Amino acid sequence: MSFLRLLAILSVLAIGLQPAFAGRVDDAELSSRVTALGSGGFDEVEKAIADLAATGDDRVPAILDHLGEGELMARKADGAVFLAEKAGKDYRLTDPVTGADAGLTPKATVEKIRVNNRLRRAISSAVGALTLMSPDSAVRRAAAEAVMKSADVAAIPALDRAIAEETVADIRATMLAAKATALLASDASEAEKLDSIAAIADLGGRDALGFLSGYTSADGAVGEAARKAAAAIESRLMLWDVGQNLWYGLSLGSVLLLAAIGLAITFGVMGVINMAHGEMVMLGAYATFTVQEAIRTFWPGLFDYSLLIALPAAFLTAALAGILIERSIIRWLYGRPLETLLATWGVSLILQQAVRSIYGANNREVGNPSWMSGSFALGDIQITWTRLWIILFALAVFLALLAVLKRTRLGLEMRAVTQNRQMAAAVGIRTPLVDALTFGLGSGIAGLAGVALSQIDNVSPNLGRGYIIDSFMVVVFGGVGNLWGTLVGALTLGVANKVLEPYAGAVLGKIILLLAIILFIQKRPRGLFALKGRAVEA
Amino acid sequence: MTGKAEGSLLYLDDVSVSFDGFRAINRLSLVLEPGEMRAIIGPNGAGKTTMMDIITGKTRPDTGDVLFDGSVDLTRLDEATIANLGIGRKFQKPTVFESHTVEDNIALALKGRRGAFASLFHRRSVAEQGRIDALLSTIRLSDKRDLLAARLSHGQKQWLEIGMLLAQEPRLLLVDEPAAGMTDAETAETAILLKEIAKTQSVVVVEHDMTFVRALGVKVTVLHEGSVLAEGSLDAVSANPKVIEVYLGR
Amino acid sequence: MITSFLIDSLDRRGRVVVALLVALALLVPAGNLLVPQESAFHVSTYQLTLCGKYLTYALLALSVDLVWGYCGILSLGHGAFFALGGYAMGMYLMRQIGSRGVYADPVLPDFMVFLNWKELPWFWQGFDMAWYAFLMVALVPGVLAFLFGWLSFRSRVTGVYLSIITQALTYALLLAFFRNDMGFGGNNGLTDFKDILGFPIQEPGTRAALFSASALMLALGFVIASAVVRSKLGKVLIAIRDAESRTRFIGYRVERYKLFVWTLSAVMAGVAGALYVPQVGIINPSEFDPAASIEAVIWVAVGGRGTLVGPLIGAVAVNFGKTWFTGVLPEVWLYALGALFVVVTLFLPRGIVGLWETMVVGRPKPAKEIDEAGEKAGEAA
Repeated sequence: MSFLRLLAILSVLAIGLQPAFAGRVDDAELSSRVTALGSGGFDEVEKAIADLAATGDDRVPAILDHLGEGELMARKADGAVFLAEKAGKDYRLTDPVTGADAGLTPKATVEKIRVNNRLRRAISSAVGALTLMSPDSAVRRAAAEAVMKSADVAAIPALDRAIAEETVADIRATMLAAKATALLASDASEAEKLDSIAAIADLGGRDALGFLSGYTSADGAVGEAARKAAAAIESRLMLWDVGQNLWYGLSLGSVLLLAAIGLAITFGVMGVINMAHGEMVMLGAYATFTVQEAIRTFWPGLFDYSLLIALPAAFLTAALAGILIERSIIRWLYGRPLETLLATWGVSLILQQAVRSIYGANNREVGNPSWMSGSFALGDIQITWTRLWIILFALAVFLALLAVLKRTRLGLEMRAVTQNRQMAAAVGIRTPLVDALTFGLGSGIAGLAGVALSQIDNVSPNLGRGYIIDSFMVVVFGGVGNLWGTLVGALTLGVANKVLEPYAGAVLGKIILLLAIILFIQKRPRGLFALKGRAVEA
Repeated sequence: MTGKAEGSLLYLDDVSVSFDGFRAINRLSLVLEPGEMRAIIGPNGAGKTTMMDIITGKTRPDTGDVLFDGSVDLTRLDEATIANLGIGRKFQKPTVFESHTVEDNIALALKGRRGAFASLFHRRSVAEQGRIDALLSTIRLSDKRDLLAARLSHGQKQWLEIGMLLAQEPRLLLVDEPAAGMTDAETAETAILLKEIAKTQSVVVVEHDMTFVRALGVKVTVLHEGSVLAEGSLDAVSANPKVIEVYLGR
Repeated sequence: MITSFLIDSLDRRGRVVVALLVALALLVPAGNLLVPQESAFHVSTYQLTLCGKYLTYALLALSVDLVWGYCGILSLGHGAFFALGGYAMGMYLMRQIGSRGVYADPVLPDFMVFLNWKELPWFWQGFDMAWYAFLMVALVPGVLAFLFGWLSFRSRVTGVYLSIITQALTYALLLAFFRNDMGFGGNNGLTDFKDILGFPIQEPGTRAALFSASALMLALGFVIASAVVRSKLGKVLIAIRDAESRTRFIGYRVERYKLFVWTLSAVMAGVAGALYVPQVGIINPSEFDPAASIEAVIWVAVGGRGTLVGPLIGAVAVNFGKTWFTGVLPEVWLYALGALFVVVTLFLPRGIVGLWETMVVGRPKPAKEIDEAGEKAGEAA
C-alpha cells in the first residue's frame, strides 16, 4: 500500500471521526480550486495543490490521492476536473467534490492530469499536513499510529514536519516512533536504525512490541537492541497487566467484603451461620430497584440521587428482615449452629420464592446514575467509575462499622457478648437485645451490599445465592471475630481470583482458589486471624 | 535432661505458654514421683487447668520440657496417644457421654484396643463384663447402669467420670475439682475413694475446697500466675506469707 | 462371621425394615410386570421408576445420617459423592451406547465427537467393563472422601467450618463438571443411555430389575449401617458426637473413627448415585449443586436423625411431597420446603420418628434405649 493511499484511507477515517461539517469549505469554492488542477504546467498545478490544501477541507486528501494515482482527468471541452474510471472503451466520470455521477464519456474527450515526482512530493506533504497536522488530536493520533503500522519510507518528510509542529507529547512520541519504524524498514545507516529502535522503545505499548518483534531475530547491533527493547517493553506491559488485574482484584475484593462483612458480624458475635445472608443482599438490591422505580415514576429529576436514597431504604429493609428472622427463629437455636444453618437455609428458600412471586423471576434493571457511568484510564489501566465507587463504598462501610464497634455503646456491648456471653449478661447487658441488634446490623450491611451489587450484577431472586459461598470462604479464611481478618480475606481472595484468571481461566481459577481455601483451613482451622486461647474452645 | 527426670513419673521443667500475649503458664516446674498423690491449689487464673491441658496434649507449651515416665516427651504427642500411655483426666465440668447409658460410658473407657476396626468387631468378653460390674459397684452406680448418663445428678456424673477414669487403668490420674458441686457427704466419700486409688496409682488433684485437700493429707503445690508459689504440706503452705498474700490480698 | 455380624446387629425395627424392603423388591416389580393394567394393584412404569428414585434418595439420606446423626459431622456436600457415583455409572452407560450414538463413533461418546476429540481420555478407559465401572462407583467417592476426611479430621476441622468446606468442595466440583474440558459432557452431562449389562434400559423388565436392585441395595446399606452404629465403634461415634475432646482423652483417635464412617458414608452415597442414574436416565452437574446436598440433609432431619429408619422415611416423604407439589402447585414447593427446614429444626428436632415415639410410646425416648431393649431381646432369643 502506498503512503498516499494510506493517507487517503486515513482521511476517510478522519471524516468519520469528525463532526460532519468541521473543516469544510463550500462545494463551489472547492470545485473551482479542483478545476485549477486541470490547467497549466507543473508549476501551476503545484500552486493549485497548495491552494487546495490551504482550504483544510477534509475531502482534499482523497482528491489529492486520486491526483497522485493519475486518476484525475480534465474534460477538454470546459477544463472541468473529474475522477475517471475506465468503463470499457469509455470513462465513467465522477465529480471529485460531491461524488456525483457525471456520466460516461469517450476516451478522447478527457485528458489525464500528469504528475511528476516534484508534484508527488507536493501531494504527499499536503496530504500529510492535512491528516498528521489536522487540528483534531484524535485524527493526528490515528494518522501517526497508522503510519507506524505501515512503516512507509515515503512518510518520513511529512512526519518530520508534523513532529516539528506537534505539541501533544504522546502523539509526538507516536510520530517519532512512526518515523523510526519507517527508517528501520529503509536502508538507513545502523546508527540511525539504533536511534529508531530507541525511539520505538520509548513509545512502548503493544504496537511497538509487535513492530520490534520483526527485528528481534535480526543480526548485529540492530537485532541486539531490538531484543533488549522488546524485553523491556514486555516487562513493562506485564507490569501494567499486573496493575490491571490488581485493580480487578480489588474491585472483586470490595464486592466480597461488602457481602461478607455482615456475615462476619453475625458469625463472629453470635456464632450464627446465616445461610439467608445472601438473601439479605438480594433484598437490598430489590429495595434499590423499588426506590429507583418510584423515583423514575414520581420524581424523575432525582434519578441521579436514587442510589443515595436507596441506601437507607435497603439498610432498613434488610435489617428489619434480619431482626424478624432472629427474633422468630434463630434465637431458639442458639448454641446449635448446625440447626441454625439449616433453618436459615429454609428462610433463604422462602425469601427467594417470595421475591420471585412479587417481582417475577426475571432480572430487574437497576440504572446507573450519570456520575457512576463511564470510565477513565490510569496509564494502561481502565477504571470504570462504578467499580471505583463500589471500592470506596466498601471501605466506607468497613470503616463505619469499625467505628460502630469501637466507639458506640452497642459496639461495646457486642464485643462484650462476643467475648463472654454469660459474663456480659451478668453485668447487665441485655444479651437478647444485643443479639437482635447485631443481627439487624449484619443484615442491614448485607442490604447495603445489595445496593452496590445492583450496579454491577443482575438483580434477580438468585442474586444472593451467587455470593453466599464466596462470603463464607472470606469469613472462614479471614478468621472469625476479627473484622480486619474479613478485610484481608476479602481483598486477598478477590486479588488471587483475578490474578489466577488470566492463567487458568475464570472457572478453573475459582476452583483452584476453593481448593486452596479448603487446604488452608486444614492448616489454620480457625482462619488467618484466629483468636487463640481457652475461651475459643469453650 | 533425662538425667534429672529419671525416676520421676511426671516431670515439668521451665514450661511456659501464652495466649495472645497473656502468660497462662510462666516457667513452671513440677516433679511427681511414681505412686505420689499431689494436690494443686491456687486462685482462679493460676494456670491449673492450662497445666493439665499441657500434660494431656490439648495445649502445646511454647517452651519447656514435659516428660512422662522419665523419658517420654509429651509435648510431641496428641491427646489419644497420651491417654493410651496411661494418663487419665477428669474434667472440671463433668463430661460424660450423655446419650450413652452409664454402663456404656464405663465400657467405652475400659482399657483395651482403641483402633477403629478393633472397635467395629469388638465383642464384650466375660472378663470385661466383670470389670465393668466391679467398677460400677465401686462408683455405686450399679443400679443405674441402664440409665442414660444425661439423667444422673451432678454428683453422680462426677462419680461416673471417676469411674471412667479408673476404667482406663491409668498410671497417672489428673483430677480437676472432683468435689465441685458435691454435698459434704459425697465430698468426704470422694476423698476416701481418691486415697484408695492413690495406693496403686499416681494422682494429681486440683481443688479449691480446703477441707477436701486437708482430708487428702498430701503434699500441696500452690500455683500463682502460672508459676509454683510454694510447695509442702498444707499446714506449711498455709503459713507461707506469700501464699497468704495471694489468697487474702495485700 | 461377617454375615452373623451383620444379621445379629438388627433390632426388631431393623428386621421389619429389611423385610419390608425385600418385599418391596419383589412386589412392586410384580405389580408392574404381572398385574394387568386395569387392576387396582397395577404399578405403572412411571410409578415404579419414581419409587426407585426415592429408594436411591433414601440410601443417600441414610449415608448422610450415618455421619450427621451418629457422628455429628454435618456434611453439606454429600451430593458430591452421590453425583460422583452417578457419573461413574453414567460413564459405563455411555460406553455401552457404542456406535448407536448420533455420530456413530464406536468408541467416543457423542459429546467428545462434538468437541472434536480424537481419542478417549485416560480416565474414561476401562469404563466399558461393568466390573471396573461398578468398582469405580464405590472407589471414586470413597477415595475422595478419604483424602478430604484425612486432611480435615486430622487438622480437627469441625462443626460449621467443616460444613462450609464440604459445601465448598461440592461447589468446586459443580464448577469443574460444568467445564467441557473436564471430559464429562459439561453442562449437558451424560444421557441418552441405551443398555445396562446388555439389557435395554427403557424396557419395563430392566426398569423393574433396577427398582429391585435399589430396594435390595438400600436393605444392604441399612444392615451395614445398623451393624456399624450398634457396634462398639458406633458407640464411640456417638461419644464423639456428644463430647469429642472427652473421647480423645480416654484414648480414642477421633480422626480415625470419623474417617472410617465418613468414607463408608461416601461409598454408600456413591452407590445410591449409581443406582439413581440409570433410572432417571441422565446425570449432569446440577447434582453437585450445594442446594441438592442441603436438601438431602433435610430429608434426614424430617425423618429423624440419629435413627436408621428416620432418613428412609424422611427421604421418601419429602420427595413424595416434592413430586406432588411440583405437579400441582409448583410455585408453592419452595415455600413448603423452606418452611419444612424451619419447622423441623424448631419444633421437630428428632423428626418424624421422634414424633412417633413421643405420641405412641408416650414420652420422648431416645432411640438408644429402644435399640438397647432390642439388643436385650435379641440376646434373650
